[in-house]
Amino acid sequence: MTTRAATTSTLFSWKRLLPPLLVSAVVVGVIVVVIVAGHHDIIESFSAFGRGSFGSAYAFWSATLVRATPLTLLGLAVALAFRSGVMNIGAEGQFLAGASAATAVVLTGVGGGMVLVIALPAAVLAGALWAAIAGWLKREFGVLEVISSLMLNFVAQYLVSYLVRGPLQEPTHVYPQTETFGPAAQLPLLISGQRLHLGYAIAVLLALILWWMFRATAVGFRLRAVGAGAAAAASAGQVMVPRVLFTAFLLSGAIAGLAGGVEVTGVTYALYEGISPGFGYTAIAVALLARLNPLAIIGTGIFFGALEAGAAAMQRDAGVPFQFVAVVEALVVLGVIALDWTRERGATRR
Amino acid sequence: MTDALAPFVEATVRTATPLAFAALGELVAERSGVINIGLEGTIIAGAFGGLVVAGTAGAGLGFVGAVAAGMLVAAIFAFFVVTLKADHIITGTAISMLGVGSTGTLYRLYYGTTGAALETPTLAPFPIPILHSIPWIGGAFFAQPPVMYLLYVIVPCLAWCMTRTSVGLALRAVGERPEAARAAGISPARVRWVALLFCGAMGGLSGGTLVLAQVGTFNEGISAGRGFIAIAIVVLGRWSAVGVTGAALLFGAASALQYLAQAMGWGIPYQFALALPYVLTLAALAGAGKRSAAPASLGVRG
Repeated sequence: MTTRAATTSTLFSWKRLLPPLLVSAVVVGVIVVVIVAGHHDIIESFSAFGRGSFGSAYAFWSATLVRATPLTLLGLAVALAFRSGVMNIGAEGQFLAGASAATAVVLTGVGGGMVLVIALPAAVLAGALWAAIAGWLKREFGVLEVISSLMLNFVAQYLVSYLVRGPLQEPTHVYPQTETFGPAAQLPLLISGQRLHLGYAIAVLLALILWWMFRATAVGFRLRAVGAGAAAAASAGQVMVPRVLFTAFLLSGAIAGLAGGVEVTGVTYALYEGISPGFGYTAIAVALLARLNPLAIIGTGIFFGALEAGAAAMQRDAGVPFQFVAVVEALVVLGVIALDWTRERGATRR
Repeated sequence: MTDALAPFVEATVRTATPLAFAALGELVAERSGVINIGLEGTIIAGAFGGLVVAGTAGAGLGFVGAVAAGMLVAAIFAFFVVTLKADHIITGTAISMLGVGSTGTLYRLYYGTTGAALETPTLAPFPIPILHSIPWIGGAFFAQPPVMYLLYVIVPCLAWCMTRTSVGLALRAVGERPEAARAAGISPARVRWVALLFCGAMGGLSGGTLVLAQVGTFNEGISAGRGFIAIAIVVLGRWSAVGVTGAALLFGAASALQYLAQAMGWGIPYQFALALPYVLTLAALAGAGKRSAAPASLGVRG
């Protein structure tokens, strides 16, 4: 008992420091291996990484945080689902559904100067509806949500492909994308001269709301209870498990849809096929590294945003292949799993 | 119509072959109770391993490299999922990212930052006497690179093995009721390790087929979601070897439909043809409902 008290009271104990140290070691290790194997200049590469991510105000506000915006929002979507025991790996598809809906609203020209007030809720709704398909299949037919949400990612991808080559294509019908949105359909920028947009503020606000929801509201409690053990929640807590799971799916999809709407109105100002370079999958790493804690996702979102922004600069300025980012993301997830395992094993042995 | 039919069947079989290899691997993994979302990573690792080995040792040995690379990735997955009892979905997603990221990085490192198209030796088609001249379907089924004929051996063997042998019984028992299997003296961990290594070998073969028998080059997007499609195919094929092969052909036909639609001037957007198999899978899942053929312990940790 005394030893436990001692370890928890020490703020900078090894147990607390180990995960961030491990993650940093993984990132640096992978980068060094890639640089050395590719005979790139190590100083040049690392300084490019720094320049692209944290090195200047512009890099931080206009590259790292802009990249962190969809990752934070999608990380929250994934965390909400996972904490409730819903294996929603369809954030990618829900993101695309949201992006498509927002784009469609913008291009119809409704709302005039207030178009964003309609476009963003449309994105939220579309994401929720896209998730609702998988949620409904789970509730009515017991379909594994992993498979259905994964399938829906592909359907969404082809839907976007159809839209940008068909009904929503730009007027000259040359490029597979929509026309560029007008100023009324662009999210306001937060700092003059920087690309950071209102979407990031929305993401941070949402993280705070979700944190509060899980801690202090009945909905949050039910979601957590079902995630911790569906059978126990049903028998002891009289929770309507299928209904709660469905709610979790809807909320998760709504956030992912919002992320899509924010991306088209805040960053790309147009819809095109490759609009998400796998954000929905990276978001799983974002959520897991934060241990599904909404507040921590603000931090891990910035971490992965900086990683991607820095890696992009490293490819541009030093020729280091960008693809190693996926290796880092994968190793972070596997590292978290391995740490959990050592912890669980420690707990059972005690 | 008949002019378009032979190329349609040809394109169907061509697309279906790598899908069938991967899906048969996934079938065995899922029958042991493990859902392997990391299959995408094993396929692209197989493609890359095939490329590297074929560059120095020819296309034939390239397949050995492909299978070995697939098994290596599957071994990492198995270590986490079976030995450390980690969540299948999260681990699988990470393994897919690892496979795609590491092959992409290695490709750039080995073959230059431009990622220029790189030719690799490929297997020549080997027409089977008499059979290949059957009208319409002969060319598609019997004038293919020899690796495709492996399917004619693997599918019946697998179907027989899974339903009629003690190995198959052990596999299915572990997938349905691992604790009962353990009571009967079967080690679920060992069975799952073997099943996942087999899955890795088949995923590697799938990637090897893409590079060494079809495309003749490698690029970072070559697996193109086939690992995920294979998971849909297993569902659609209702977890049987023959069903899975049929479902793979259906997916092949759907993607070949876009060429047919173009040739016939039907005017359906090709994206609809490509999305059709996924929608079909969702419908099949809903139709199977709660009396689904899925192994009872599918995706359960431990």
